[in-house]
Amino acid sequence: MPMLRPASIFLTKLITGANAVWAGCDPKCEKLRIYFANHGSHLDFATLWAALPSAARERTRPVAARDYWGRTALTRGVACGIFNSLLIAREAISRTENPISQMADALRAGQSLIIFPEGTRCMDGNITDFKPGLYHLANKVPEAELIPVYLQNLNRILPKGHLLPIPLISTVVFGAPLRLEEGEKKPDFLRRTREAVLNLMPHAHGGSLKPG
Amino acid sequence: MPILSSINFSSDVTRNLFIAVFGVLFLASAISYILGRKVQSEGGKATVANLKARVNSWWVMVIVLFSALSFNRAGSTIIFGLISFLALREFITATPTRRGDHWALFAAFFVILPYQYWLVATHWYGMFAIMIPVYAFILIPILTVLTPDVTEFLERNARTQWGLMVCVYFISHIPMLENLDNLPAIKMGSAGLIIFLVAVIQGSDVLQYVWGKLIGKTPVSALSPKKTLEGLVGGILSASLLGALMHRLTPFSPLQAFGVSLLLCLVAFFGGLVMSAIKRERGIKDWGTLIEGHGGMMDRIDSLCFSAPLYYHILRYFFNG
Repeated sequence: MPMLRPASIFLTKLITGANAVWAGCDPKCEKLRIYFANHGSHLDFATLWAALPSAARERTRPVAARDYWGRTALTRGVACGIFNSLLIAREAISRTENPISQMADALRAGQSLIIFPEGTRCMDGNITDFKPGLYHLANKVPEAELIPVYLQNLNRILPKGHLLPIPLISTVVFGAPLRLEEGEKKPDFLRRTREAVLNLMPHAHGGSLKPG
Repeated sequence: MPILSSINFSSDVTRNLFIAVFGVLFLASAISYILGRKVQSEGGKATVANLKARVNSWWVMVIVLFSALSFNRAGSTIIFGLISFLALREFITATPTRRGDHWALFAAFFVILPYQYWLVATHWYGMFAIMIPVYAFILIPILTVLTPDVTEFLERNARTQWGLMVCVYFISHIPMLENLDNLPAIKMGSAGLIIFLVAVIQGSDVLQYVWGKLIGKTPVSALSPKKTLEGLVGGILSASLLGALMHRLTPFSPLQAFGVSLLLCLVAFFGGLVMSAIKRERGIKDWGTLIEGHGGMMDRIDSLCFSAPLYYHILRYFFNG
């Protein structure tokens, strides 16, 4: 499966026309990173991953829901084999497979992560409130840089509920690194990180989906 | 007609055209290189950097177009099909859409666009002329109404239809030129018709820019603050002279070539202005980032859109036997 990687990256870039904009962080930096982004399409993790420089891509894993991507051999093959995803449980969380510990372990092993703190794909181009996972992860692995990422137009290219993409042009905007401040409360942190993604919108080129 | 290439390479017209086009490109490269060594100010450096990027992109565009036209008619059909695709992509990306537009847009990109160019390839003029204005006009709202979302229903359908008309229907008239089989013999081959249109219209854009930089003072429209009356008049008149000089690429006499070029440049100017108005409404400066120094594909072909069908019809109704 990893041999399908170059073709998959090319295909992803071809479909999404992905333009990467680095607005506040160095693409080549080798620090441990958690990229967190808005979520509106199945193309999100592939596009963000493909937008990274190849060296960074090698040590970065998208985090995906096991109840969705683990369903069949094909979806698991795409998620894990091609995109090197870390599958986590969204429901029925037990002590042995706590998703926060799984992600923290991957980070401690030197792997950067891509996560979607909204938890699920949002239908209308808005960004919903973040789930607390990002806070717990930042708390557990404070040495990781948190990079806000705004993904534009992917919800138009392949919206939830559609199988066939339309070839619009998307933009991936990477913002300045954040960290959990000393004594910062969970709701404040989640609001601040969500706003960091929203603030990247003006860096994206062209039109967007009208919310509502 | 059984020539393999759309360009007759043994003609003296072809030879002169190649010398002129590549001569101009070399001259432009030389000028931007010399300017680059002379200017000191920050603003001047930025202008020269943009000029260099534009000239380099012109090299690429000219070579791609000539290579495509060196094949038979399939070459122009494929290259303009791709140009339509890239332009439509920029147009729809810049326009607001909703979830309910997905099937209509899918059909626009993957059914209507390829079918229009298939009609070019198979010379079916009757269907070519009405497919998008009539049948796409019927199909698009049918696909949109499948999703019961009536927000901006009329506007959404109108935008998709506009995108198809401007980016696909109008542009597809350019390769269709090669299917005008009853024109008086054109020494350079059928590609000459395409090169005449592209050279006059793009020449007019470049010459308007040059005249505007040299003597431009009076702004001509609030929509395009960089366009000046002096640039417009100088550019259009000199591009029409260029058209007269290139009359041997067409069935026109020198005077006819001048008149047709004048008309095309005027329409092209307003076409560019209309596209600027759409960009203004959307709050964007360029349609995209595809062509360095120029913006997107749409920024490069906006003035061709409106002039292409007009040019085709002039040739078809007054010169095609």
